[in-house]
Amino acid sequence: MELLGLYNYWVFAVLLMVGFYAVIAKTNMIKKLLGLSIFQGAVFLLYITMDKVEGGTAPIIQKGVDAVYSNPLPQVLILTAIVVGISTTALGLALVVRIFEAYGTIEEDETQRLDLEE
Amino acid sequence: MWVLSGLCLTAGSAFVLIGGIGLLRMPSLYTRLHAASLTDTLGTLLMLAGIIIQAGFTLAAIKLFAIAVFLLLTGPTAAYALANAALLSGSVPQARLLDDPEP
Amino acid sequence: MTIVFGIFLLTLLVVVAIGIVRAENLFTAVMLTGIFSLLMAANFFVLDAADVALTEAAVGAGISTVLLLGGLALVPGRERSRERLHRLALAVVALTTLMVVYATFEKPRLGDPDAPVHQHVAPWYLEMTPELVDIPNVVTAVLGTFRGYDTLGEVIVVFTAGLGVLFLLGLPGVIGERNVDDLAVGRSYLGHHLVPQVVGTLLIPFILLFALYVQFHGEYGPGGGFQAGAIFAAGMVLHSLIAGEKESLMVISPRMLVLLMAGGALLFGGVGILTMLLGGNFLDYNVLAENPVAGQQWGILIIELGVGLSVTGVLLAIYHAFAARSR
Repeated sequence: MELLGLYNYWVFAVLLMVGFYAVIAKTNMIKKLLGLSIFQGAVFLLYITMDKVEGGTAPIIQKGVDAVYSNPLPQVLILTAIVVGISTTALGLALVVRIFEAYGTIEEDETQRLDLEE
Repeated sequence: MWVLSGLCLTAGSAFVLIGGIGLLRMPSLYTRLHAASLTDTLGTLLMLAGIIIQAGFTLAAIKLFAIAVFLLLTGPTAAYALANAALLSGSVPQARLLDDPEP
Repeated sequence: MTIVFGIFLLTLLVVVAIGIVRAENLFTAVMLTGIFSLLMAANFFVLDAADVALTEAAVGAGISTVLLLGGLALVPGRERSRERLHRLALAVVALTTLMVVYATFEKPRLGDPDAPVHQHVAPWYLEMTPELVDIPNVVTAVLGTFRGYDTLGEVIVVFTAGLGVLFLLGLPGVIGERNVDDLAVGRSYLGHHLVPQVVGTLLIPFILLFALYVQFHGEYGPGGGFQAGAIFAAGMVLHSLIAGEKESLMVISPRMLVLLMAGGALLFGGVGILTMLLGGNFLDYNVLAENPVAGQQWGILIIELGVGLSVTGVLLAIYHAFAARSR
């Protein structure tokens, strides 16, 4: 039963590596971007898992009720990280669109081949 | 009251489950769309009704009711948009039974 | 019971992630990414992170899917599945997974109240927020006051990303040679069809109203600038899908978008400079009002507004940059 408390971390490890595999092994650039966003999602999961306290609630303080609250600090970090992640994805997507217009393809091996030919 | 709420929740989940089975088992796009959209809308509305009964007459119940109205509006619209896109992209609904021989 | 639900959600996450990697049709992969974000949001909610769940649902499942689809419309939609160094990559990935799993055995169990992460600063935040800032939502207090520099940096990052996309793709009327009047009117958009048009025009005012509610309610419940900006941008994107690109660029003109982008970041930095002029440190809200607690609340309100404006402007500008790009 103790191992059940570690399940989140194992899912984090698997998701991290699934995203990483998509980034390094796939040649399509949009696939790489999607793999990167899976990677980011896995990191968010790790941080939010660390902030949960047994029997706690969301850290919104209600006056007069003495309750256990979950840790607010990782939530703040991940809040900004999510928006930064989408900004990076959007910028990467704009770059992919321009690469497609310049090279005619978005497969990485073909762009490398076209670069070497020039 | 709890019995009624439990009934609503169970019925709602049963509908969603049936919708999911229909999504997998139906032969073509339009039949799948029919299975998925109808059952999803009704299933989620029933589940929300079950939760509203449990919440009593509080602010949370009014918010849940607003969500139910929103889902009632957007569920069928999404199904319409999907069917429209399918029609525009060329797949035509086939009026053919499963046991008929291939035309 | 919650544990079973949590485990089910996590397993579904892994299944969807593997599905994204293996899908050949890029449209399928983008849709699965939307589902992935929504499952993440559900997971965050199970783990008591309400603000983060709202942000992930609004930004990840909403805006991110729209932007990826907008980009996908401009590139070929199928992946040619040639994977380089397939076996080597699999070996590296499997080895690293085993190492990370081995490392997780040292970690504290889920929900352990004695974990080191709950010891030093977090109890101080939870204790001091009613005293120093006096707003119920501790996450907004930490975001706005205790870690205000991080939020300032993050708004600048969002602004920079918007700038980068505008430089790369251009926006008619602002950057690039085209004007708003040159946009072709006859593009196929949802306005031709009655049902989406009626339902959409019915819903858009409520979506924008909800965005305003989330913006100003961020101090009392889950909410704040980021979520509100994303929801507002989503409402305007719906309007753009229904009315067409040209119409929607006349409603919020491109110059207005750039003004929103820069104005939000300027508002945030401006509050910092104002506090310096009033005698305190940079971003020290205590000097904004007679009572330091009221000053803190004013400060958080204004910077959240700045964040909301900036995020709205950036997300809308990026969407229009993709949508107005000629194919």
